[in-house]
Amino acid sequence: MADPTITVRAPSVVAAALDHDVDPRSGPIAMRLRDVTVSFNGRTAVRDVTFDVPDKRVTALIGPSGSGKTTLLRSLNRLHDFTRGAKVEGTILLGDTDLYSREIHPTLIRTRVGMVFQRPNPFPTMSVFDNVVSGLRFSGVRKKAVLNEAAESALIAAALWDRVKDRLKMHASSLSGGEQQRLCIARALAVEPEVLLMDEPTSALDPVSTKRIEELMSELKSRVSIVIVTHNMQQAARISDLCVFLLMGDDGAGEQIEVAPTAKLFTEPEDPRTLDYIQGRFG
Amino acid sequence: MTVETPPLPMDPVLERRALVQASARQSLARRTFISRLMLGVCMFALVLASSILVWIMYLLVSKGLHWWSVDFFTQVPTTPTVLHPNAVGGISNAIVGSIVIDAFAIAMSVPIGVLGGLLLAEADNLFLRIVRTTSEVMTGLPSIIFGLFVYEILIIKYKIGFSGIAGSVALCILMIPIIMKGSEIAFRAVPSSLREAGYSLGMSKGSVARHVVTPTATPGLLTAILLATSRAVGETAPLLFVIGTTNIVQWNAPKAQISLPQQIYTFFLDGYSPAQEQIVWGIALLLVVVVLFLNMGSRLLSAFLQRERH
Repeated sequence: MADPTITVRAPSVVAAALDHDVDPRSGPIAMRLRDVTVSFNGRTAVRDVTFDVPDKRVTALIGPSGSGKTTLLRSLNRLHDFTRGAKVEGTILLGDTDLYSREIHPTLIRTRVGMVFQRPNPFPTMSVFDNVVSGLRFSGVRKKAVLNEAAESALIAAALWDRVKDRLKMHASSLSGGEQQRLCIARALAVEPEVLLMDEPTSALDPVSTKRIEELMSELKSRVSIVIVTHNMQQAARISDLCVFLLMGDDGAGEQIEVAPTAKLFTEPEDPRTLDYIQGRFG
Repeated sequence: MTVETPPLPMDPVLERRALVQASARQSLARRTFISRLMLGVCMFALVLASSILVWIMYLLVSKGLHWWSVDFFTQVPTTPTVLHPNAVGGISNAIVGSIVIDAFAIAMSVPIGVLGGLLLAEADNLFLRIVRTTSEVMTGLPSIIFGLFVYEILIIKYKIGFSGIAGSVALCILMIPIIMKGSEIAFRAVPSSLREAGYSLGMSKGSVARHVVTPTATPGLLTAILLATSRAVGETAPLLFVIGTTNIVQWNAPKAQISLPQQIYTFFLDGYSPAQEQIVWGIALLLVVVVLFLNMGSRLLSAFLQRERH
């Protein structure tokens, strides 16, 4: 149990976390992870992770560098398929689909589980519009009306519509860094994924752009379940409903230390190591 | 104003999600087919490219390997006699010639190329940009131009005579731009944060270049040098007019010499006998093995040096 004498160093973290203190685990589930272990050439990077990703909520993966957050995130849309020597064990269920089942093609998984990366990566040779609808086109959607509607909807959702609606033909590279990242969010949203993975999506952005994207995330919850990796505990406290705390074990593999609703994890963590981390004693 | 209430519309997001997922499933077969087809086309291109290489190697080994003998490496070419109409001797003259010519070419081009590359990487002004462009143009010049140039300047104007050293100069001119470009890239690949760490300790630009940049860039430098060398070893044209020819083992660089590629050329055009026209396959095989060895060596060495750091 939590030590009653705990004083968390940054009270604003607690205040932010307390904003949403309903246990998200009681609602519907988007994704289930059971004993997920990822290894590269026999070296385990993250081990035995088991938790549920609540539907239409933000789940944050937190922990210091080397705890396997990004590795775990990338296993959720089979991105490790492209890494030689990578092996994912355990079970990941998306709805009732086994992500790593042989019967399902990974491209179909990735239309259902989108991703936004650390650095904005719009396709440099495509216009804003082409970027946003690229996922649809690759999935075989050709109808102009559907593409237009999807682009508008995704750009509105990514709070970029007003900025680009008259200049959809311009190159994505003429946007600022924060706008490029919102374009990438729009691009991921346009295929209407069920889950959106975000790998430190604001770490390359300035505070103002970061704030816009954080605001965006709480709006996006109505449409998609979000799993976000973040180094920034303030950010995790502000935007997430559920927190998964990972830590590197003695053998260098990341382990799941605690999973709890964000408000609880930041106020009365059960594990002393979680407390140490959120109080900034390490990491 | 009356508004007709339509039946509750479907959530556009869910509608689109269903549409995209259905479309992705339906087009999967077509996409997989195209993907496999393209993979096949790429495979074909790759096989075509590599099969020609395999073919060349096969031809060289099948026609050349049986010439490899102790005599081949230790004797000089012999003139056929009535008693031995098929006597060919060996090519030790050309082996020694190549070693001498290439050694001097390396000795001259490496310091010039590497130091030039260092300056190009670490400094920038109009003059250096002109040098860089000139040097890049030089890598594309037909190599026979270097041969003509050395012939005109060293042989005709300064009358040093046909000699190995004139050949070394021609090869050196060929190698400098290659080494310069390669080492510039190697030096530039050193992260600027390392340089800044050095400057912040009070090191001068020169000592950063010497103690931080150069050691870090060493694997890349070796690769550049070995690649330039393997290019030079196989070059015929720059040596054609300048090294003369010899039928004896000549270790003396200022004397007329013969190199391996030129020996192929000489034997092929006017060997003493049909057998000597065939021995060119043995020499060609030797050249390819040397070049292969240099290329593999450069890779292994730089991989080894990279690993040492971790």
